[in-house]
Amino acid sequence: MSETTFDAAFAAQARVENRRYILGRIGVYAFLGFFAFIYLLPLFVIVANSFRNLPEITQNGLIALPRSFSLKAWPQAWAHYCVSGTCEGIRRNFYNSLSMTIPATIVSTMLGAINGYVLSKWRFRGSETLFTCMMLGVFMPGQIALLPWAYILGALNLSNSVYGLILVHCVQGLSFTTLFCRNYYVSIPDDLIKAARIDGAGFWRIFFKIVLPISPPILIVTVIWQFTGIWNEYLFGVVFTGGRQQPVTAALVALSTSQMNAHPYDVGSAAVLIGAIPPLLIYFLGGKYFVRGLTQGAIK
Amino acid sequence: MTNASLGAGGNAALARTPRWRQRLSDWTPRLVLAPSLIASFVYVFLFTFWTLYISLSNSTLLPTYAFVGIKHYYELWSNKRWEIAYGNLFFFSGIYVVLALAVGLALAIAIDQRVRFESFWRTIFLYPLAVSFVVTGVVWKWIYSPDAGIEFLMRSLGWTDFTFRLTTDRDAAIYAIIATGVWQSSGFAMALFLAGLRSVDPDLIKAAQIDGASRIRIYRKVILPSIAPIFIAVAVVLLQFAIKTFDLVVALTGGGPGISTTFPANYVYDLMFQRGEIAIGAAAAIMMLAALAVVLVPYALWTNWRSRREAASHV
Repeated sequence: MSETTFDAAFAAQARVENRRYILGRIGVYAFLGFFAFIYLLPLFVIVANSFRNLPEITQNGLIALPRSFSLKAWPQAWAHYCVSGTCEGIRRNFYNSLSMTIPATIVSTMLGAINGYVLSKWRFRGSETLFTCMMLGVFMPGQIALLPWAYILGALNLSNSVYGLILVHCVQGLSFTTLFCRNYYVSIPDDLIKAARIDGAGFWRIFFKIVLPISPPILIVTVIWQFTGIWNEYLFGVVFTGGRQQPVTAALVALSTSQMNAHPYDVGSAAVLIGAIPPLLIYFLGGKYFVRGLTQGAIK
Repeated sequence: MTNASLGAGGNAALARTPRWRQRLSDWTPRLVLAPSLIASFVYVFLFTFWTLYISLSNSTLLPTYAFVGIKHYYELWSNKRWEIAYGNLFFFSGIYVVLALAVGLALAIAIDQRVRFESFWRTIFLYPLAVSFVVTGVVWKWIYSPDAGIEFLMRSLGWTDFTFRLTTDRDAAIYAIIATGVWQSSGFAMALFLAGLRSVDPDLIKAAQIDGASRIRIYRKVILPSIAPIFIAVAVVLLQFAIKTFDLVVALTGGGPGISTTFPANYVYDLMFQRGEIAIGAAAAIMMLAALAVVLVPYALWTNWRSRREAASHV
């Protein structure tokens, strides 16, 4: 008798637990779903509007399910829309961004790898202090550097050119790339390096034969970090270049402030997407490495 | 190449190497590091002192080097627009950091409940970080805009007197920047918190479960305290973002309506490159650096102290 009541109580308890569990699950997914909706809304809006035609956007608003389909906005955004008198679309600025970002990423990553190698495996007296000083560059606000850079770029005859921006981003990126690589190389056992040195391998030989072959994970992280960072940078782009020399971020601001009185949302959306696609592609293809860079860059 | 042959070749090479080559190879690491070191030192120290000096000179459109002392700092701090700028910065930083932490933590805890398709959710919440502030700002500006965005949507759904005018309202525009900032960075907080939640010692949690602690209690008493350091680290990074806020404001509100959403970084840019007041601009840039130092120096000291204490307790 007492046993059956116990069982019944137990079953009731289990039912309550089970219901609570299911409610909890629904709550968690509803919460995540709600936020996912907010997070994806801008992406949806921008993709959808780049394929709608303008009259339909004006009639139904930006946030609406597409009821028209048009490919006209893309070529318009790429090569034809006008900002302050020139009608070349965003093509040129896209190339500018590419020709700035790729060399600056490669150079700063290579230098960072070598610096990190020295600072972790060839320490000398004072090298830790030097490393700490270099790291201050990570926190410097760009505004501090604007006037000195303007002067130096002027003196080097590099103002208003993509080459000037490459230089700026290489120097600015050094502290990050060095930090990433140094923290990764610290985990290579010193004995490995010592053994190679006893065997007569020198500085460069150890670097190319031992360190570099095990570097791909950190190099990918660094390249992704630098590429997205430099591609998305705006301040230096708008200060040190103008008009046809500007990177894509500066061109997008010019587009959105100058033309938005006429509200060509279709062309605007396509242009914005063109400017966002390279880092987005990298993110969706190399997400794991992107997140790793993020956590390392933030915490260390 | 086998180890033996590498060793033999190496030793032979060592025997043949002249003294100066040996010397050179001793110095190789330092020589290799030198260019980067010089560049970084110029960037960090020389640039800072340069800007500091300009802020103390009487430069206007072009740099001159006549020393006038702290006159421009005085001018800056008595300037109405600067008052608005740092007022905005304080207001924005407070709400933005708290909200981004809260949303990030909530998302991390939700994802930590052994949900399905975890990487799918994570990918959604993190993608804003891959997108520039410029793109973020432009898109949200459209979404906030009364004649095509949310207000338009609600009205066309039948709610005809619905008003939602963040970016065109002097007092509300700052909330548009806060909301967009939170949208952009809470994924970052989520990623770091999630990593933290995963690194909590499972034995600790198990022990609490055996003691009959509820889920919520376990979170409050066991898990969250042990990720407190991550909490502080994320808050510091977010504060840094806040102090450097520039592109987002340019793209979203352009500092307007009027000058209501001016931030320090925007004002620096304005002074230096629109008004030709580079000395005051430099003073404002130095103030930004000071603000960063106020956040970062205590944090650096604290982490240093903690790692020392930990090292001591492990011995």
